[in-house]
Amino acid sequence: FPGLADVSISQDIPVEGEITVPVGSHSPDEDYSTLDEPVKDTIMRDLKAVGKKFVHVMYPRKSSALLRDWDLWGPLVLCVSLALMLQGGSADSKDDGGPQFAEVFVIIWFGAVVITLNSKLLGGTISFFQSLCVLGYCVLPLTVAMLVCRLVLLVGAGTVSFIIRLIVVGAMFGWSTLASTAFLADSQPPNRKALVVYPIFLFYFVISWMILTFTPQ
Amino acid sequence: QGGGSAVIDMENMDDTSGSSFEDMGEMHQRMKEEEEEEAEGEAGAGEEEDGEFLGMKGLRGQLGRQVADQMWQVGKRQASRAFSLYANIDILRPYFDVEPVQVRARLLESMIPVKMINFPQKIAGELYGPLMLVFTLVAILLHGMKTSDTIIREGTLMGTAIGTCFGYWLGVSSFMYFLAYLCNAQITMVQMLSLLGYGLFGHCITLFVTYNIHFHSLFYIFWLVVGGLSTLRMVAVLVSRTVGHTQRLILCGALAALHMLFLLYLHFAYHKVVEGILDTLEGPNMPPFQRVARDIPVVSNAVLNTTAKAIALTL
Repeated sequence: FPGLADVSISQDIPVEGEITVPVGSHSPDEDYSTLDEPVKDTIMRDLKAVGKKFVHVMYPRKSSALLRDWDLWGPLVLCVSLALMLQGGSADSKDDGGPQFAEVFVIIWFGAVVITLNSKLLGGTISFFQSLCVLGYCVLPLTVAMLVCRLVLLVGAGTVSFIIRLIVVGAMFGWSTLASTAFLADSQPPNRKALVVYPIFLFYFVISWMILTFTPQ
Repeated sequence: QGGGSAVIDMENMDDTSGSSFEDMGEMHQRMKEEEEEEAEGEAGAGEEEDGEFLGMKGLRGQLGRQVADQMWQVGKRQASRAFSLYANIDILRPYFDVEPVQVRARLLESMIPVKMINFPQKIAGELYGPLMLVFTLVAILLHGMKTSDTIIREGTLMGTAIGTCFGYWLGVSSFMYFLAYLCNAQITMVQMLSLLGYGLFGHCITLFVTYNIHFHSLFYIFWLVVGGLSTLRMVAVLVSRTVGHTQRLILCGALAALHMLFLLYLHFAYHKVVEGILDTLEGPNMPPFQRVARDIPVVSNAVLNTTAKAIALTL
């Protein structure tokens, strides 16, 4: 490079400057800045996020809000309320009540984990917790069905009430399955959607069956 | 003072704060820069004074932090290696590589016995279909148990159903694999799981129909026809992979017996016995059935006796 052979710094240009480079400070106070806000703000922010996801479940559109910011608050609340409402309903025996709290809890979470593993093994692109989040939130229609069933059972327990409960639970079961399919099936290769939908169908079917066969003591 | 400069003043470093693991990850990068500076600083201090380093506290604190940092790194590496070894679900991925058409084809094939037993038949080592069939069987069993008001004294309905179905699938598969190993049959564990799992399709159909339509004769017909077809298929596939008459007999006898008896057990142990089924069987000596809630162990003996009598009567 002949043109650069005589590069030199002339004497009269002072070479000076600042050696210290301002680095973004990593003081702990600024990293966790939400620590200083009032508790009400924190709770309201989380509640609003959960509420927004509930709305997404009730009107399933192809949006990615449920997937992007997953959280497990909603599924926990739904699971606990469903398990509480299902507790102890049985015909006449003292030993075997209906499904106990722990049973419902384990079924819902174990079933969700199995479905998530299955969809991952089939080549899904969704992450573990995102899938858990979607499956948990889509239990909302069935929780509503449980509430309706309990109210109907307060009125009477005859054939008419059974038919009403059957229709309500069936409709909510279909809604749950459709809602979760709308979110989960997109992450699969197109020709394998049926393989992922079937376990979801079975999972919500078992929960619907538990709701339908619930008889209060 | 805020740490706004990249040049770190050694004298102002906090030596006495204990090293905490939570800070290690973040401080690791800064540590590297500090080390170089302090190495120079210590070397310089050591030359000036003999036995006493200038920053004695600085040396101890820095050593301690280095050790803690190294332990953190080693621990992290070990944990991530163990995790990637054991929690790697990619081990199972090849067994779930199926298309819906394939699953449907295999379900239908499981009811069709093969004719060619002199040539080893191909078994697809796939776990999706069998797993889904086991879960479906659990769901059907739950339905049957609930409608028959079965009372489980120890345990829960759900636990019993899951335990029965998975226990059968995994346990009998392992037992048959062991027998196949003894009899020199050419079959792997995954293939055995797959074969037995698809054989449950017949069970699912039979139980689904007979839990809703309560006719004993209907159940026996389904038991023989549907159960028999799926058993014949499994037996034919196994026979095609075994050499020698005694070995073939052992394997087929064991598999047929276990498969058919399981269906019988599922029907009688968890199913409502309807009054008046004797109209189809017409026996003067038969005791009347009663619709009662009953314990499972007590009913098995009664069931065996009644079944034997019923079979004797129909013959």
